[in-house]
Amino acid sequence: MSGFLQNTFNGLVSGAFYALLALGLAVIFGMLRVVNFAHGAFYMLGAFGAYVLLSEAGVPFWAALVIMPVALGLLGMLLERAVIHRLTRLDPLYNFLLTFGLTLILQDLVKSRYGIQSSPYATPAELSGTVDFGLFDFPTYRVFILGFTVLLCVAVWWVLGRTRVGMVVRAATERPELTRAFGIDVGKWVTPVFGFGIALAGLAGVLAAPMRAVNPLMGADLIIVVFAVVVIGGLGSIFGSVAAGFGIGLIQAWGEAYLSDFPIVSQTVVFVVMAAVLLWRPAGLFGREEAPA
Amino acid sequence: MLRIENLSAWYGEARVLREVSLEVAAGEVVTLVGRNGAGKSTLLRSVMGLHPGQRGTVSLDGRDITKLPAYKRARAGLGWVPDDRGAYATLTVTENLTLPPRVGPDPWSLERIYEAFPALHTRRDSAATMLSGGEQQMLALARVLRMGARLLLCDEPTEGLSPLLVQQVGDLLREAKKHGVTVLLVEQNLHFATGVADRHYLLAEGRIAEAMDNSEVRSRERELLAYLGI
Repeated sequence: MSGFLQNTFNGLVSGAFYALLALGLAVIFGMLRVVNFAHGAFYMLGAFGAYVLLSEAGVPFWAALVIMPVALGLLGMLLERAVIHRLTRLDPLYNFLLTFGLTLILQDLVKSRYGIQSSPYATPAELSGTVDFGLFDFPTYRVFILGFTVLLCVAVWWVLGRTRVGMVVRAATERPELTRAFGIDVGKWVTPVFGFGIALAGLAGVLAAPMRAVNPLMGADLIIVVFAVVVIGGLGSIFGSVAAGFGIGLIQAWGEAYLSDFPIVSQTVVFVVMAAVLLWRPAGLFGREEAPA
Repeated sequence: MLRIENLSAWYGEARVLREVSLEVAAGEVVTLVGRNGAGKSTLLRSVMGLHPGQRGTVSLDGRDITKLPAYKRARAGLGWVPDDRGAYATLTVTENLTLPPRVGPDPWSLERIYEAFPALHTRRDSAATMLSGGEQQMLALARVLRMGARLLLCDEPTEGLSPLLVQQVGDLLREAKKHGVTVLLVEQNLHFATGVADRHYLLAEGRIAEAMDNSEVRSRERELLAYLGI
């Protein structure tokens, strides 16, 4: 029983990262119809930024947790204004190529300066040690990640669900063209929403720094699974991306624990789930079929 | 109020509207009738600013709005009632109603809307797509009335509705007209059209083929129904 609970807890912690990244991808896709392939690179920059801030300027984790999302959010807004919005009227393939190219540039910039070896990032002293849950002990830092992410998702949920800004973002995410016809300048919201999505990726990166190897390719490994999460949740569905994020984290953790004799199965279970979901519901679990304006 | 001059529109290479010119005076209800594929919906979408491939001019109260994006046209007083009713699944009924800003001099209050549509009041906290087809149509009309839109662009508001609901839509449009609201309506139901509208345009192959008044439509109803394939 304690083994099962421990695996479940680990799954929820991995799921927290998927949820944060998928949430950002979902709002960006919903509003811009851009599949942001560079999302993983911004996650990596979040982690690397925290590492560089600590090792070269002595800036602690808690400060990095604020600085990096803000800085990357601003960088994201700049990129959206400078390049991405120029391509939104074209075939989605162009944006895919652009953001893929951005990924390679960002990764290689970091690689050329810091190499490809992983860099260690110490767990902040306040969050080291373990928490005793009776049946098992759990690293304090992981408990923090889970609690923090759940709170953040609830906060985003509240803003999206209970405020006028959230209502506009939901409407524009669901039916951008229709929303324009109702007198709302959807374009005005595009840049901040892109920046917000990128800031979430940066935040996930900072959170990952103390528990995952910080290296230039850490985002590239993760983003493939996150894309599967977004597809399972339903492209553009905010609730779906968070739910699928935690769900896939759990399935992966259980797969690794109970199917460890069949590594092929445990490593591909996410994609098997994705294929099954797409056969059953082509628009994803919480997605809607594309509707006209 | 609305003047369309030499409006042409394309879907890729295919030309859907060919130099359409028409006028709708303030307070008038005017319908566009025509076969499927005649370009009726494209004409409405072009007026709303939702169709990118177009040429010609659209003016509202003498002001050229051809270059204005859709959201500015809405703020200038255009109210969009799309053919799929445009209910948002991620917004409640109340949110669907309050999403658009108020743009006109005489917007309906939420209380007035809920008084007129008790069914919407009962389901006010449900997702709008949980409403029945008829309720979604009422929602679409109520939304533009709450905006205070001065010119409603209604794309087949009676399609798929029961006779009782069709009558309700008619009552609502007549009530709006009484308050000075102008309506451009795409409609296949000729009986309904002659009941609410002042004039009619027959659109055929992207052109205005004929302009007709109510008595002409009534006297030629059989011929027109045969032409429309109904």
